[in-house]
Amino acid sequence: MKLKRMGLYAAALGFMVFAGFPFYWMLITSFKQNRDLYVGASDVKHIPWIFNDPPTLEHVRLLLGQTAFPRWVLNTLLVVVAVAVITVAVAVPAGYSLARLAGRWGERLGMGIFFTYLIPPTLLFIPFSRLVALLGLNNSLGALILIYPTMTIPFCTWLVMGFLRSVPWEIEEQAMIDGYSRLEVILRVAPRLIMPGILTVVVFTFTLVMQEFVYALTFLSSVEKMTVSLGVPIALVRGDVYHWGSLMAAALFTSIPLAIVYNLFIDRFIQGFTMGAVKG
Amino acid sequence: MAGVEVRGLEKHFGDLRAVDGVNLSIREGEFVVLLGSSGSGKTTLLRMIAGLERPSSGEIYIGGERVDGDVPPRARGIAMVFQSYALYPHRTVFKNISFPLEAHGVPRKQIEEKVRWAAELFSITRYLDRYPRQLSGGERQRVALCRALVRDPKVFLLDEPLANLDAKLRNTARDDLKRFKRQIKTTTVYVTHDQVEAMGLGDRIVVMERGKVRQVGTPQQVYEDPVDTFVATFVGQPPMNLLELADPSLPPRTLVGFRPEHFLPRRAFAAGESLRPFRFAVRRVEYLGSDRYVYGSTPESSNPYSTVIAKLPATVALAVPEGETHEFAVPIATLRYFDADTGLRRRP
Amino acid sequence: MTTRRTIADREDVLGVLMLAPSLAYVILLVGVPFSLAILLSFSNASAGSLRFQWAGWSNYSAILGDAIFLRALRNSAVVTIGSQALVVVLATAAAQVFRATFAGKRFARFVLLLPWAVPVSLAAIAWTWIFDSTVSVINWTLKAAGLMHGWLYWLGDPALALLAIIIVQAWRILPFATVIVLAGLASIPQEVVEAAIVDGAGFWRRLFQVELPLLLPVVTVAVLFGVVYTATDLGVVYILTGGGPANTTQVLPTLAFQRGILGADLGQGAAIAVFLLPFLIVVAIAMLRVARRAEIGAR
Repeated sequence: MKLKRMGLYAAALGFMVFAGFPFYWMLITSFKQNRDLYVGASDVKHIPWIFNDPPTLEHVRLLLGQTAFPRWVLNTLLVVVAVAVITVAVAVPAGYSLARLAGRWGERLGMGIFFTYLIPPTLLFIPFSRLVALLGLNNSLGALILIYPTMTIPFCTWLVMGFLRSVPWEIEEQAMIDGYSRLEVILRVAPRLIMPGILTVVVFTFTLVMQEFVYALTFLSSVEKMTVSLGVPIALVRGDVYHWGSLMAAALFTSIPLAIVYNLFIDRFIQGFTMGAVKG
Repeated sequence: MAGVEVRGLEKHFGDLRAVDGVNLSIREGEFVVLLGSSGSGKTTLLRMIAGLERPSSGEIYIGGERVDGDVPPRARGIAMVFQSYALYPHRTVFKNISFPLEAHGVPRKQIEEKVRWAAELFSITRYLDRYPRQLSGGERQRVALCRALVRDPKVFLLDEPLANLDAKLRNTARDDLKRFKRQIKTTTVYVTHDQVEAMGLGDRIVVMERGKVRQVGTPQQVYEDPVDTFVATFVGQPPMNLLELADPSLPPRTLVGFRPEHFLPRRAFAAGESLRPFRFAVRRVEYLGSDRYVYGSTPESSNPYSTVIAKLPATVALAVPEGETHEFAVPIATLRYFDADTGLRRRP
Repeated sequence: MTTRRTIADREDVLGVLMLAPSLAYVILLVGVPFSLAILLSFSNASAGSLRFQWAGWSNYSAILGDAIFLRALRNSAVVTIGSQALVVVLATAAAQVFRATFAGKRFARFVLLLPWAVPVSLAAIAWTWIFDSTVSVINWTLKAAGLMHGWLYWLGDPALALLAIIIVQAWRILPFATVIVLAGLASIPQEVVEAAIVDGAGFWRRLFQVELPLLLPVVTVAVLFGVVYTATDLGVVYILTGGGPANTTQVLPTLAFQRGILGADLGQGAAIAVFLLPFLIVVAIAMLRVARRAEIGAR
């Protein structure tokens, strides 16, 4: 028994190290002094995994004070809010309609909508570039606000559908017997019931916008318009030099809130992915 | 084949004593039913015998050998049928039944023979190539029984195998089990909350409540000679009537019990039988075809509102109109006396 | 309260109205562009003008004769299959580890989930730093452990760079796959596993003959999504190697981007991207099968 236990801990540790060491690396790089950082790896005497010199805040200061990073954060938040509003407004009623009002073919149609999530941005960006140019949305956040819902709506419609399957429809039917019309039920009774589903939609949209790179790369060209996901790897350069300290600090600051959010909502997302094959 | 012995067995889940000091001796070849409602500890006890739960304290012996230490289920010589049947959904019926044999390394030829033998016993040979999801509940139960049977275990453990079937299926399934019992003659421990099942199947019944054994006995003993009010009212449908009578000839705080089928109109009894008469104010009669259930109360009870039930077979054709008081009686030999405070049986 | 049926009662009308915006979005902004992409692959279109000239199969014949394209096609397959094979093995193992309870499990799970939570581009840039030939932490560790005698120019050598890409893809998909497999493990009815225990199956027999077969639909879903995410990914390759050195690590998405967006040759870009479709069609069909089997098997 004891050996098995130790083996378990060893394996868990192994996986943790594999998954986590880049983040540890991000962490110490953000706070290491440059002379502790840019030492050739062939020098075995200098251990890169620890602080050889005392930690410093200079990279963070540079990031927040002398780069466009704060601007990018604002841009990203703007896009997040706009896309979230659009997604909730469109996907939630659609999911409700498919789950409650569409009967047999509702399931099929819902699955069909879900499958459009599989059509990759790296195929659609070609025609989109034309469309964006036509609409005069080149190099603007508007392009992202228009295009991102094509990714969030399919998945979130499916999420809401799945969520509604677990909410008993008797409550709504009871309300209709008690005197509400279907429309009134939708506007007054349903929202309270679906609130966790709506929350999941908002969170999913948040994570998707924060992580999206391809469309941002395709449509945004000037630095002050960039989102965090685009700006950090592409535009945090001065001259020809990557300032790795600041880069890693930016990556770290962005990762942590996302990771926290993910941990809280991961079970809901999984239900969506496995199409109900697995009861979450 | 082997007997099962359990000594001082306990299982705690935190503060909850699921099994609270059970001693039990099951003879070789006996069919014992653990009877109780949910929370009585019967399933936990079964699972400890199986090795799926570790006892908090106590000893378990199967075939004379101690198994409660670290002996895993596969080494205990047991076979188990779960409430949900737990068939392997991705394997055919044949492969379901052969699984335990494969796990024990039985050669292929023998596996083939044994599976077919078991399948024939339960007439499921034609299902051997099907998958569990294609079978009905009753058919699945038979597959589960085959799978248990095929290993010639020392002890069979069955956990409420009829609970998931609807009423009609349950009767045919119970017949299957009776046939199973007759042909196999292996020591069996059967868990149920249905006392009709228990009475019909068990050689002996173990009545359990809240982790403790209340009574162990043959169906007849448990029915006619209950050791306390719990057993008296749990076994028997409708339950035994228990009354506190305003009768000075009885010691104080005594409950008098009599079964509804012994509570008949006075005229239904033969002359010369020693009876204890009761005046019975009838409130309601339920006509059930083969029986009539009569609900009412008797003024002799210290609580005149408590309901007393009489069960009249169709052969007793006497009219018992509602709203009237009738002369009823109970044969004195069938009266049982209990202490009103402890519930224990008092023998006069 | 009105007692006649109004529009507020007409469920069919309401249903359509509520569904309409979503359908419109999907049809207009996914369906149409999708068809447009395929159309464009047969055209001479460029990003600058609205000109649309029919070009027949010329784009396709051009890229099929282009060594860079063929290499990109091969790379896409290699990266996808290589990383997902790794993921399947690792995720199944990780799920076994993480279904047990042990001290600090919540923290361990948090760490395990990080690669999936972090934006692709940020993870890619971090890995670029990790693979940097001068200061690579991996090289240092290998050398300090005495396991390396030469030097690994990760991102400068075509084969090593491809390996690096495979590692990063596997690394970022692993948490996702693990969580899905964990959920699948939890959905196996406990009594079936106990029946296997009672029937005499040891740990390995139980794993291979009972648990894994029952996990198959779930593992399939994880693999299918992993394939989609890896095959269609642009960020990792773009940031790690930019398709280099000298176009040796191009994959279909990055090449499509380079030719179609940067090079403004929409026709060719579309044609390249179209080669992603076979991957996706196979994936979609397989998923439909899984969904249907889940419906039937559930009863």
